[in-house]
Amino acid sequence: MSLNYRIVLLAVATTAALAAAPAQAVTAQDLLAGYVKTTGAPANPVAGQAFFTEKHGKDWSCATCHSANPAGAGKHATTGKAITALAPAGDAARFTDLAKTEKWFKRNCNDVVGRECSASEKANVLAWLLTVK
Amino acid sequence: MLINRHNFLVSCFGALALALAALTGAAHADGNKAPPPAAYLQECGSCHAPFPAKMLPSASWRAVMTSLDKHYGTDASIDAPAAQALTQWLTASPSNKVSVRPPQDRVTKSTYFLRKHSEVSAAAWARPSIKSAVNCTACHTRAAEGSYSEREIVIPK
Repeated sequence: MSLNYRIVLLAVATTAALAAAPAQAVTAQDLLAGYVKTTGAPANPVAGQAFFTEKHGKDWSCATCHSANPAGAGKHATTGKAITALAPAGDAARFTDLAKTEKWFKRNCNDVVGRECSASEKANVLAWLLTVK
Repeated sequence: MLINRHNFLVSCFGALALALAALTGAAHADGNKAPPPAAYLQECGSCHAPFPAKMLPSASWRAVMTSLDKHYGTDASIDAPAAQALTQWLTASPSNKVSVRPPQDRVTKSTYFLRKHSEVSAAAWARPSIKSAVNCTACHTRAAEGSYSEREIVIPK
């Protein structure tokens, strides 16, 4: 083989190898498993739906902005800004980044519940969101 | 020969398109020279449209960025390094439009904002499709990307 051909072959092989190498993709199921592991108890999607749609002594429920049917788009209660679907069935990017998920749980639970949500509450809510189509 | 002429015309069109894109890019900025960084769109453009940095004086931005846990009734806190980086971007070029801190440091309460929106009637603000002055994306069709060019405005019924 000529030198040029070998260089091209090497370039193609490297590109193929890089493209084939799987990224460390986190799925919503991974996140759910993490929360379940923390609680040591199975997630309860029925409780999750109730938690999501009820108010917790303050003005908003999760559903206020994220919709009682979170497979569809939501809307910010004050600003009117469109919010993409929260359920992974409606937006495949949801719950694929632990840091982002934790950040939003922290803020939004503070607003809705007045405190941080427990791992059990997060597990229940996420388990329910995974059933919503 | 025909193929050469075709290629030449395509190249010309391409160059022209690029030039136009560059020009409109600068013009779109509406006083800001570049679109906001991705971090700003993500952190400050989720619950409301990402407001242009020029809409508040630096003192207002600093006040907002140091009280994110009590952000107009919600918890909008972010980690300290991110807050610092965003504050730096927000205050990098002091606003030439708003020099006085508006009431409650609200973007929608500056004399500049009020003047720019003076043609919007109270009835228009109250339309269900708009509801509030902070609902930029209702009329500014590219506000979610940080663009508020007058050419992009579509006022809904």
